[in-house]
Amino acid sequence: MTITQFILLGAAMFSVGLYGVLTRRNAVLVLASVEVMLAAVNINLVAFDVYLADANATGQVFALFVIALAAAEAGVGIAIILMIFRNRHSADVDELDLMRY
Amino acid sequence: MVAAALPFLAFLQEHNDELPAGDGGALAEFAWLIPVVPMVMAFVILFFGKFSPWKGWGMATLALGFVAVYGTVLAAVNLQDGIVTQSAIDVGQIGIFTIEWGVVVDGLSIMMFFLVGIVGFLIFVYANGYMRGDPRYTWFFASFTLFAGAMLVLVSAPNFIQLIVGWELVGLASYLLIGHYWEDMANVDAANKAFMTNKVADAALFLGAIIMSASAGSFNFAEIFERMIGGETDLATLGFWAGLLIFIGAMGKSAQFPFHVWLPDAMAGPTPVSALMHAATMVTAGVYLIARLFPFYQLPEFAGSLNTIIVIIGAITLFFMGLLAIVQDDLKRVLAYSTVSQLGYMVAAMGVGAYSAGLFHLFTHAFFKGLLFLGAGSIIHAVHSNYMSDMGGLRRYLPVTFWTFLVGTAALVGLFPFAGFWSKDEIIASATFNATENAEAAAWFMVVLSIAGAFITAFYMARAVSLTFFGTYRGTAHPHESPSIMTIPMILLAVGAAFTGLLNVPGFTQIFTDSVTTRAFPIMEHHFDAPDYLLIAIITPVVLVGLGIGWWLYGSHRELVYTTIGETDLATPEREVTVERPTYHVPVLTPILVNKYYIDDLYMNALVRPTMGPIADATVWVDDHVIDGVPNLAALGAKQMAEATVFVDNNAVDGVYHASAGLIGATGRFLRQLFPGNVHQYVALSFAGVVAIVALFIIF
Repeated sequence: MTITQFILLGAAMFSVGLYGVLTRRNAVLVLASVEVMLAAVNINLVAFDVYLADANATGQVFALFVIALAAAEAGVGIAIILMIFRNRHSADVDELDLMRY
Repeated sequence: MVAAALPFLAFLQEHNDELPAGDGGALAEFAWLIPVVPMVMAFVILFFGKFSPWKGWGMATLALGFVAVYGTVLAAVNLQDGIVTQSAIDVGQIGIFTIEWGVVVDGLSIMMFFLVGIVGFLIFVYANGYMRGDPRYTWFFASFTLFAGAMLVLVSAPNFIQLIVGWELVGLASYLLIGHYWEDMANVDAANKAFMTNKVADAALFLGAIIMSASAGSFNFAEIFERMIGGETDLATLGFWAGLLIFIGAMGKSAQFPFHVWLPDAMAGPTPVSALMHAATMVTAGVYLIARLFPFYQLPEFAGSLNTIIVIIGAITLFFMGLLAIVQDDLKRVLAYSTVSQLGYMVAAMGVGAYSAGLFHLFTHAFFKGLLFLGAGSIIHAVHSNYMSDMGGLRRYLPVTFWTFLVGTAALVGLFPFAGFWSKDEIIASATFNATENAEAAAWFMVVLSIAGAFITAFYMARAVSLTFFGTYRGTAHPHESPSIMTIPMILLAVGAAFTGLLNVPGFTQIFTDSVTTRAFPIMEHHFDAPDYLLIAIITPVVLVGLGIGWWLYGSHRELVYTTIGETDLATPEREVTVERPTYHVPVLTPILVNKYYIDDLYMNALVRPTMGPIADATVWVDDHVIDGVPNLAALGAKQMAEATVFVDNNAVDGVYHASAGLIGATGRFLRQLFPGNVHQYVALSFAGVVAIVALFIIF
């Protein structure tokens, strides 16, 4: 297994996630797509850590931080979406233009 | 000139050692408080009087009470040790002339401090009752205190400058007080008349003071006298003119013929003002001035034949002005002409060299004339009219006023042993002495007119008392005695009017003479060893006959006689008005007297109207064209400036702001189109940004 395969997997997952963020209209799915992008980043971190044979395994530790951060982000994000849904009976991001000028 | 040959200088050298040398110590050192306290108090009352317990009356009376107490203590010390001192502070320098502000403390000024303090205090107390309910009560007491304070500035002056300042302040305060009831145009006219008549005389005073000061090189009286006696001045040649001009100034304030016209009209003021004006403050200023400059006036070598002029003016005034009192209906005008007449006695006394006698008459006159005016005020307060034709029979309604008025009358006409008896007798005795010793025709003229004047005085006072207090009441109001705050000052003044004459009885006491001759220069006058019994034997019957005739013609056994006389209306001379006066009609004489010898008409037609009309027109023209032109021009300029400023503001200043604000707005409007609120677009743009940054990193 070469590093190239992992990078291609990460790039593919990041592209899928980005596509999901840009095209999904349901906020929950946008959030899920963001998680996919974060997972792609984690794959890259771990892959480069192994490739570079870091004694301290910094990349892997950083991946753990990103996972924790993703969990927290998902918690906060879903809470916000829930509140928006309760107020507006919809979670469509296209309708969320309250912060327009 | 040969100094030693002059009689006065010989007299001076002979008596120089006898001059009193007391300096009065701390008491005299702080005498500057006497004028300062009332002057300051006047302004305190003006600003804070309304908030004080008695609305200014308390503060005014306190100030006068202070002067009375200080004056009394000074007078007592002066009598004991003699005080002759003066102190001053420099306030400026004009060439060789030093302008000083100070106080002279000697017998003359102490007598005036005492008089203004005591009589003023009593009149101030009285004014509380008289002025009650006046709409300008506090203002009245502010100007009244200023009046007394100004007189004290005048009498405490050691130099001409301060004297003139006090002199003019007295004029100002009298103007304010005479015109106190300014709602009535007649009162305003009276105030203007008093002010303008005094101004004419004051101009002469200024000139005289300038001549005298310039030739002596000092404004200070003491220095002027020293240099005069030392022969360092030009007064041997200029003295007559300087003295005459100063005497004209004195004639104005002391209402001597022909400047007397303002004083009867000054009765328009409230009665306490008349009382103070006639007793202690304003009209005595002229006599005081001559007394202050007496070392000059007594010198024939300096003052020339001035004394003759002074005697003649005084004698004319004392007789002819007394005559006018006979035909008056207004009680206060009777007293006013009486004051003019008595001032004639004082001035004439100065002219015959009777310094002490003249001042003594001033002193006693202050008590009895103050008393008579307070009595008149009390009557006016009761019957709400100044006219004797509205009075009558008042002795039953106003017993205290009646008895005190009688005492004042007795003192004024000179009945033994009341005050006026002694002072008037001394003046006539001095005149007689002067007439016999120096064989001066003017002195004889004065003696004759003085005795005739005594008769006239007795006659018009008998008439006034009869018309006021006897007969039946002719008015419509319900008369009542005045409150005790008014009667008590009258009673105290009555005590003064009765007994002050005993202060100076030739041969027995000479307390007064000793007091007022305490000067830095010896006073050359004749001292009598005994009363002039011959004169008393002449004058007393004359007075009694005058009183008797007055009673016989106007007493309660007769119906009141009225005479209708044509009088020129001074406001519109074309119109002849008739006045009704409670007097007998004597052909020729009565019309002349009612029309005041036509002197007022003469002034009106010869002086006032020809000057006032053109001056008024010219003033209006100057006001409309020159004075108004300046503000109009300034306003026009300001308007143009404002319009230019508005233009610049609207176009240049606002333009910058509008342009910059518009630019920012346009930018904002353009930029906001990039962010229409689509979240997906934001994310895409963010990602594009990231890609761009990464691409930049990779390329470079």
